[in-house]
Amino acid sequence: MAMLTVSHLSKAFGENPVLEDISFTVDQGEVIAVIGPSGSGKSTLLRCINQLETADGGEITVCELPLVRTENGKAVYPDKQTLREIRLKIGLVFQNFHLFPHMSVMQNIIEAPLRVLKQSREEAVATATELLRKMDLSEKADAYPCELSGGQQQRVSIARALALKPEILFFDEPTSALDPELTGEILKVIRELAKEKMTMVIVTHEMAFAREVADRVIFMDGGVIVEQGTPEQVFGNTQSERTRQFLRRYHSE
Amino acid sequence: MSLQDVLNVTKILLQYLLPTLKIFGLTLLFSIPLGMVVAVLRRIRFWLVAKPVGFYILIMRGTPLMLQIITVYYAIPMLSQNSFPFLEHLLSFVDTRSNSYQFNALLVAFVLNYAAYFAEIFRGGIESIPQGQYEAAFSLGMTKMQTFFRIILPQVVKRILPASANEVITLVKDTSLASVIAYAEIFRKAREQMVTYSSLAPLFIAGVFYFVLNAVLTVLFSAAEKKLDYYQ
Repeated sequence: MAMLTVSHLSKAFGENPVLEDISFTVDQGEVIAVIGPSGSGKSTLLRCINQLETADGGEITVCELPLVRTENGKAVYPDKQTLREIRLKIGLVFQNFHLFPHMSVMQNIIEAPLRVLKQSREEAVATATELLRKMDLSEKADAYPCELSGGQQQRVSIARALALKPEILFFDEPTSALDPELTGEILKVIRELAKEKMTMVIVTHEMAFAREVADRVIFMDGGVIVEQGTPEQVFGNTQSERTRQFLRRYHSE
Repeated sequence: MSLQDVLNVTKILLQYLLPTLKIFGLTLLFSIPLGMVVAVLRRIRFWLVAKPVGFYILIMRGTPLMLQIITVYYAIPMLSQNSFPFLEHLLSFVDTRSNSYQFNALLVAFVLNYAAYFAEIFRGGIESIPQGQYEAAFSLGMTKMQTFFRIILPQVVKRILPASANEVITLVKDTSLASVIAYAEIFRKAREQMVTYSSLAPLFIAGVFYFVLNAVLTVLFSAAEKKLDYYQ
């Protein structure tokens, strides 16, 4: 079943096209890695799907719900209620975590379940405790974000996103703000989620990781999808010269 | 002045502590919410809102509070007597001969002035919160109201506390400006006593009053800052 369908998506900042004719689907349980050079539109694509940017044209469907349609050349969005419903089906993990600094780890995780899903405190705390155990952060429930390492903060933000039980989880360069020795702990968490068949779309610069964990890889450059396929196809049997150049530059670094 | 005189003056001034505190307390009570409203209006870019709000803040911060107090106090009776019928009608509910008129005019001037300063502090505080906080709350499905009251406001309070302490402390001293329209508060009475005793001492005693009030406020604000120190 397709959890996410994007077709002919386009977006421009003023005169600058940043996304052109983007089409792909994500099936249930799939892990998609989006790779490509900086400024290739990866993050903008993620932000369009997460409603942090508006598309100019094309279509996005999330769990059968239309997020954007194009009618007479104009992008049309549904009513507020539907947009919110779609938002709750999607979790987003940011590059810079964006935890709430004035709340403890536990409060960060239960805030949305309590106020958005109107869960009881016992239920929210039970879910959060279980998530923290999974993230190996059980002792940190009462700590504040400023007391945690970058890797721990990012794991809290993953727990915060998972607490709403999203259908799809998006990661926007989840390890780019971390020291190299801390990226491993985040990748381990994502790997475990993949094993549990969590549907995920990961924008990343970790090529080895993308190759290992992804079911499919999308290579973007200059606002278009240059190549997409299984890791073996994209990394092992590269079709496009641009992809080859990009991967070569990565290997030489 | 003898010690007995000092005690007498202190006793007299003490009776006028309440009027001083009344200006102080009520100004804070009204100017802080009004400042919040102005801060929110200040973020609206539509010119019909932006221009008047910008002009209001410019005038309030650009002219002396003493001038504003005198203007409000004398302008309302003048405008409500011999000007356009429209203004007369508008101001007809203000009874300029009533006992409370003096205090009400004073309060209006203080509140309008302090709201402008608080608005700028609040605006700075709100704008200093990173965009990522809004985006995180949005992606978690929180409404705009929830985002503001649960996520943004608590962080704004921490950031604006030092600047707000400055304003509050200045307000304690600014209450002395009420004496310009002969409102009976500590400073006004101190000047009267100064004439009576032909001595500067009553003014210094008044100075001690303001100093003690501000010492208490400083302690309170430090305690509040310390209380919010648990996160960065």
